[in-house]
Amino acid sequence: MASLDDLKKRIASVKSTQKITKAMKMVAAAKLRRAQESAEKGRPYSEKMNNVILNLSNGISDKENAPKLLSGTGQEKTHLCVVMTSDRGLCGGFNSNIIKKAKSYFAKILDEGKELKIITVGSKGNDQLKRVYGDKIIENISFKESKNANYFDADKVGKMVIEKFEVGEFDVCTIFYNQFKNVITQIPQAQQIIPLNSEGEETSSEESYEFEPDEDEILSNLLPKNISTQIFKAMLENSASEQGSRMSAMDNATRNAGEMVDKLTIEYNRSRQAAITKELIEIISGAESL
Amino acid sequence: MSEEFKVEIVNPEKSFLIKDDVSEVVVPAFEGEMGILKDHISIISFLKPGIIKILSKSGDENYYVEDGIVEFKNNNLSILTSTIFNLADMDKSKQQDLLKQAEEEANKTDINDQSKYLADQKVEVLKTLN
Repeated sequence: MASLDDLKKRIASVKSTQKITKAMKMVAAAKLRRAQESAEKGRPYSEKMNNVILNLSNGISDKENAPKLLSGTGQEKTHLCVVMTSDRGLCGGFNSNIIKKAKSYFAKILDEGKELKIITVGSKGNDQLKRVYGDKIIENISFKESKNANYFDADKVGKMVIEKFEVGEFDVCTIFYNQFKNVITQIPQAQQIIPLNSEGEETSSEESYEFEPDEDEILSNLLPKNISTQIFKAMLENSASEQGSRMSAMDNATRNAGEMVDKLTIEYNRSRQAAITKELIEIISGAESL
Repeated sequence: MSEEFKVEIVNPEKSFLIKDDVSEVVVPAFEGEMGILKDHISIISFLKPGIIKILSKSGDENYYVEDGIVEFKNNNLSILTSTIFNLADMDKSKQQDLLKQAEEEANKTDINDQSKYLADQKVEVLKTLN
């Protein structure tokens, strides 16, 4: 059994850990509110962008000559995966959930005998992936300096992806991120951005648009922007998810620390009393023997 | 009947501006300036660097944009852009910064014709603001 002194020290250390996790929870809660707000504010842009592209791709008459970003290169040999994670840890299962999802996708691709290339955004993802897929990672980007997700950073990633696409480094591009549902639920997502998956929802309004200049030119101007927009959306969702995940993880940690303190205190009190009783018995039996 | 329509400017971070009482908007479309009035035909076009003029009852406003897409449908004008500044808030130093950036870009030799053209446009527009 641990001595009284040891117990005292452990209680003190658990208490100070609890203080830290509590503070982190508060900070995460404050950041979460901001991140959630900006995720919501960013939604109209990507929605409108999607709408316009849907309208445009419906209007395109000759599908054969559609821009490659929309229709693909016609083959599916090389896959590029952009795995977006956070730069900081202590956020529960946030990063491992994305990695798990990504890894199962990687395994599928490699099983099919296709080539795999990985870009990691955020240092945590890179740390976890480089052990197994180190030779597949072609680029590692991290935005440690930027406080919040901003469009400028997303645009950098987007431009890089497009550059690689134009020189034919890959055929299909998928991004991995966590979609923010609520504080306790984040859903890891795999979203294909090249070629664009416009199937599924057909726009109901069969309204004809006037295009100026023609559809092809607008599309080829718009699609690269859409890539950046999608990446930006993923970044916003990710940062909200990260804070949400951290908040609930820290909440749990604080609660666990509290339980631990209670348990240790009881143990401490018990052994203190045992010590007192022992001393008393010693004194009494000593007095009796006289 | 009123001759007003709705305009919404969105940038990636947020809804930048929503206005209900607009009578005319002039946008720097890629093939020249384009004025949009109520009941314009549905149109999609994209922007080159320039000035968006919004004319409304509550006063006229001018915005500087570097790129973007306009969509007009059912008397709703949506402008999607990644860089937009209200001219009223833009001071000289900000203007100079942007101008410097644009000039640097325009002087690069390793860019294609279209980016070169866009950069030149930026320089031109920013110069006229001074």
